[in-house]
Amino acid sequence: MKIANKKVTAERLVKDALAKAKHFEDYHIFTFIDEEGALKRAREIDAKIAKGEDVGRLAGVPYALKDNFLSPRGETTASAHILEGFTAPVTATSVKKLEDEGAIMIGRTNLDAFAHGSSTENSYFGPTLNSHDRERVAGGSSGGSAVAVALDIVEFATGTDTGGSIRQPASFNGIYGLKPTYGTISRYGVVAMASSTDCIGFFTKTPEDMDLLMSVASGQDPKDMTTLPDYYNTEAGAKSDNSRLAPSRPSLRGSGAHSAPVVADGLESSDSCTRTIGIIKEFDNESVHPEIRRALKEKCELLKKKGHEIVELEMPALKYGLAAYYILVPAEVASNLSRHDGVRYGFRSDKAVDVDSMYGETRSEGFMPENKRRIMIGNFVLSSGFYDAYFLKAAKARTLIVEEYAKAFSKCDFILTPVSPNPAFKLGEKVDDPVAMYLEDVMSVSLNLAGVPGLAIPAGETPEGISLGLQLVGPRRSDKALLEFAKELE
Amino acid sequence: MKYIPTIGIECHVQLCTKTKLFSEVDNDARGKEPNSCVSPVDYAMPGMLPRLNGEAIKFAIRAGRAMNCEINPYSRFDRKHYFYPDSPKGYQISQFYHPIIGAGYVELPSGTKVRIEHAHLEGDAGKLTHFDTYSLVDLNRVDTPLIEIVSMPDIHSSKDVHDYCKELWRLMCYAGVTYGDLYNGNMRFDVNVSVAPEGSSELGTRAEVKNLNSFRSAERAAEYEIKRQTKLLEKGEKVVQETRGWNDATGVTTGQRSKEEAKDYRYMPEPDIPPINLSSEFIDEESAKLPLMPADYRKLFDGVIKSDILEVLLDYPQLMNSLRELSTREDGFLGDGSLAPVVTGLAPSSSVVTSGSPSKASSLVLLISNLFASVLLAEEKSAEYLNDLPTAKELDELAEMNIKKELSSTATKEVFLKLFDPQMKGRGAKQIAKELGLIQENDLGALEKIVDAVLAKPETQKAQADFKAGEEKVIGFLVGQVMKESKGKANPSAVQDILRKKLS
Repeated sequence: MKIANKKVTAERLVKDALAKAKHFEDYHIFTFIDEEGALKRAREIDAKIAKGEDVGRLAGVPYALKDNFLSPRGETTASAHILEGFTAPVTATSVKKLEDEGAIMIGRTNLDAFAHGSSTENSYFGPTLNSHDRERVAGGSSGGSAVAVALDIVEFATGTDTGGSIRQPASFNGIYGLKPTYGTISRYGVVAMASSTDCIGFFTKTPEDMDLLMSVASGQDPKDMTTLPDYYNTEAGAKSDNSRLAPSRPSLRGSGAHSAPVVADGLESSDSCTRTIGIIKEFDNESVHPEIRRALKEKCELLKKKGHEIVELEMPALKYGLAAYYILVPAEVASNLSRHDGVRYGFRSDKAVDVDSMYGETRSEGFMPENKRRIMIGNFVLSSGFYDAYFLKAAKARTLIVEEYAKAFSKCDFILTPVSPNPAFKLGEKVDDPVAMYLEDVMSVSLNLAGVPGLAIPAGETPEGISLGLQLVGPRRSDKALLEFAKELE
Repeated sequence: MKYIPTIGIECHVQLCTKTKLFSEVDNDARGKEPNSCVSPVDYAMPGMLPRLNGEAIKFAIRAGRAMNCEINPYSRFDRKHYFYPDSPKGYQISQFYHPIIGAGYVELPSGTKVRIEHAHLEGDAGKLTHFDTYSLVDLNRVDTPLIEIVSMPDIHSSKDVHDYCKELWRLMCYAGVTYGDLYNGNMRFDVNVSVAPEGSSELGTRAEVKNLNSFRSAERAAEYEIKRQTKLLEKGEKVVQETRGWNDATGVTTGQRSKEEAKDYRYMPEPDIPPINLSSEFIDEESAKLPLMPADYRKLFDGVIKSDILEVLLDYPQLMNSLRELSTREDGFLGDGSLAPVVTGLAPSSSVVTSGSPSKASSLVLLISNLFASVLLAEEKSAEYLNDLPTAKELDELAEMNIKKELSSTATKEVFLKLFDPQMKGRGAKQIAKELGLIQENDLGALEKIVDAVLAKPETQKAQADFKAGEEKVIGFLVGQVMKESKGKANPSAVQDILRKKLS
């Protein structure tokens, strides 16, 4: 990131970003571009630099904001008709932290309406095109953000990941995308999809940039009761919920942890530190695209060459992941979307004649088909008589998945798996087949259910030039170590 | 055939926390513009998250302990979904699966125990005002903390409905968790009534009368339901399980919607609020903040204050506290501290009750409580009148003058009332009595002179003769004449003694 590069002005950076955004207009990346606001911010920062004032760690860095983050700059639509006309009076905690460090938002990016989707085709504003192949989907739901970074319009972009919405578009566009440990970054001011799995994260071009953003955005927020105390910026940053990753173990193959010398930053220097990497057996089969399997094999070879150990893991509970996810998440989705009733903000249907029709018509017109599908599934699984059979059972499956990951991380430090079974598919290919679309999430959702962090890393391209990506998974709160280790895979 | 009613009550109590249950907005919207106490969290703007108010948790612990309830170390919130304009989120945040307050009981003045099934914390809904063609929504009340107290079906008469509601109200007021303003809906009662033939092992079908906001209407609604349902059963008809509304003016309940088509609330764990884990130390610390409760006062003043008077006074927690203070004052003239050991729990309460002659403290409490009761029972003053009570020192002084016979009972009451007068505040009972010229003449020499003057008057001659002839009752007339001569300042019993001596 060209951070604090005094040779270039913030205004220059922002102008370049705006020009590129204009150049790639037909990719449908942005739902709103704030040329005036961004330039104003840039000039303010340049003036501060000229005066020698402290401008922050992200001074002058242009970024793109997924359009489900609240900020008074532009309407926050979540790419949904029902939020049209809604301008937030407050700023999301994460956005505030970025801006306090001098980052400059140039625009808001397209997403599947309310982040429901894996292709950005469910946007009210139309789909975003893939950065490498205009006939293919950008991935989703954070498609606009991924493409904005992949096409080098901005240095980074924000995303939200409820079941893969950062990792999958990152891998579809050949960049880094991090879904942090649940609770690392405040959700305050981000339009909720499913509260218990929603994670705020970023798209970047390098793990180093990601590390900087994480260090800026992490931390406990009194406005979000589910945030964790800041672990990322503390001395124990490299520590995690898994004792295997304790900083006191410079070498996992060496002597036992107790006799190992205490090294505060044991993970800093990766040459002295070899890791055990798990490969999930259940995700290595015919259903996975051969190019993705090849990429995984290549990365494993690379790691072995560097002295790391590869182990095969059996994680049978993960097979419940997708089913559990598509019960628990729609339940929370249905609940969280109840507030969109046309009364206090956003769109209200003019067909309404009384209270019931105001709800009915507004929600019928305002939500996208995929929104409605999830609302119906969610309300069904919560209905009296079905709660135990669906919601409760899925919640139990979730516990099994949490335990499965805990078990896996007692055998390895990180897990390397595909993000999705297939690389970016053709636009329109799966729109009419929701189950096929949901199946694309099979490898990403279990991380959200377990709350563990996952980093999408670029893994080359197919012979046709389609991006490939893999994800590196770590135990809860191992985010910093995860980013550190990602350098080994470059 | 005789029919036995069985009644359970749900009660919503609005908590008087400083801020709302899930936001930092002022929770006291009394007298404020509609929709002026509402934050983006309360009106459910996208991206907003609830932030649990710790004070509400503390209040819930106190409220629970006031009802002898277990406090659950683990509790959690759930979402209860329904669409209505009074519910901006489309769901109410409540506690369905793991309430904070567990089982307990409330003991009525009659000694009847009503078990509490559980009580939970939740956010209140907004308020709708309906007009001909439109309705207005006021969200000031949204997410005011409520505790919903669910009783077991342990009540079998409409009188106990009244007493239970009233006792709950007292408990919550004593615990200091609510303003207790019934008129403004600080407490609302839902009464579930069923009747069944005597001896039947099964309960009858119940109907629920919702949203009753006074003890009296709860009692009347229950009374009406018992009669209505009994009549139905006597005619061989069936009671429909339904929600009914109460019309206070007509005194009639009417069916609203039947439970069969009741809404499905689709309860779901609230993912935005982590579960609450309370340590036993924290629970103990909060429980210890409970002041003396009505049951404690009943024990304390048993045999001192008549129970019917005590029940009147118990409605005023500050007053009870004042009486307790009075009875434990050791520096006062009459407060000999003899009740102190009971109050502080150092002696069994029987030590007060069984002592043959009432202690000085108990006669003082009796006197003062009678004064309060006479004022309250005569409805000369409203409850707000008691917001600013005389100090224990002032009351002590007043009692001293009364017992030393410096004040007649009429004069005592007059001074007592003046103690509440803002213009007389701080002057003290003695000063007020002096200013009003109410202090009785107890100087026997001075009294004798007045008596002699009266006896010398021609208009008393006949009475004197009659008295000497054995007509006992004319002494009253003569005492009256002396009182008149003294302008009311003479102590009448001293006057009578002197008269009897002189005329014998």
